Amino acid sequence: MNSIHDLGGMDGLGPINPAKDEPCFKDDWERRMFGLFVSCFAGGHYNVDEFRHAIERMDPAHYLETSYYEHWLASLETLLTEKGVVTREELVARKKHIAMEDA
Amino acid sequence: MPHDHSHPHNKPLSDVELRVKALESVLTEKKLIDPEAIDLIVETYETKIGPRNGARVVAKAWTDPAYKARLLSDATAAISELGFSGVQGEDMVVVENTEAVHNIVVCTLCSCYPWPTLGLPPVWYKAAPYRAKVVKDPRGVLEEFGVSLPDETEIRIWDSNAELRYLVLPKRPDGTDDMSEAQLAEIVTRDAMIGTDVLAAH
Repeated sequence: MNSIHDLGGMDGLGPINPAKDEPCFKDDWERRMFGLFVSCFAGGHYNVDEFRHAIERMDPAHYLETSYYEHWLASLETLLTEKGVVTREELVARKKHIAMEDA
Repeated sequence: MPHDHSHPHNKPLSDVELRVKALESVLTEKKLIDPEAIDLIVETYETKIGPRNGARVVAKAWTDPAYKARLLSDATAAISELGFSGVQGEDMVVVENTEAVHNIVVCTLCSCYPWPTLGLPPVWYKAAPYRAKVVKDPRGVLEEFGVSLPDETEIRIWDSNAELRYLVLPKRPDGTDDMSEAQLAEIVTRDAMIGTDVLAAH
């Protein structure tokens, strides 16, 4: 399916700006996100095609303005809630709880 | 729920940080993941799996013609001879750079990349500008990496996908005849194995 992720040949997206040296992960949340993806993949909760398809279903504007591991987060939330592994309510409640503890 | 106070309290957690923590916390509670296993996975990819693996494959191909032949005919098997296999490297194809042909790898749709041989992809490989431009203006892209090729060199772009991953076998630079396989592995860059670098003569 042709959508915003199908970037090949698109003009006007700006310079590539390759960094000479960069860390594997730039923030700790990216580390956790990567590990969550591998763990849930190993747990058999989805295959790579489903994972990519869930990224491709992101809102196009949101897709372009968010980073790589944020795409992974969106995909994992979508797949795990659609498959009934977790519920949106559980995630929202836990997020509120963690934010309160962090304050 | 344990509260980890290891982060400095000068800045509240961002929305993304909170969502990742919430997801990890709920999955841990359901015993679907193990946070210590995540630590180990992250450490492995930060310290053990990276482009030095691919460089060893390249150096062996440069010094062992029989290995090179195996690598070009069945890359997955030849790469696993050196112990590099697994997630995101299940089906590998190696494309050889020559005087006449220069190969470049991209994933226009996503960020597919050969993890066992190159580790996790750099930010630019995953970002929109490279994915969009390299299939349309590869010479312009090479220029951004400080590389220029003779006009008559044919450039081939390989679009990776979830099942099949490519690795470029760079041209062995001139002046390296006396180098050992281990020394050769030292001079192979990650970008040369993606195709956005050409190794300089020694």
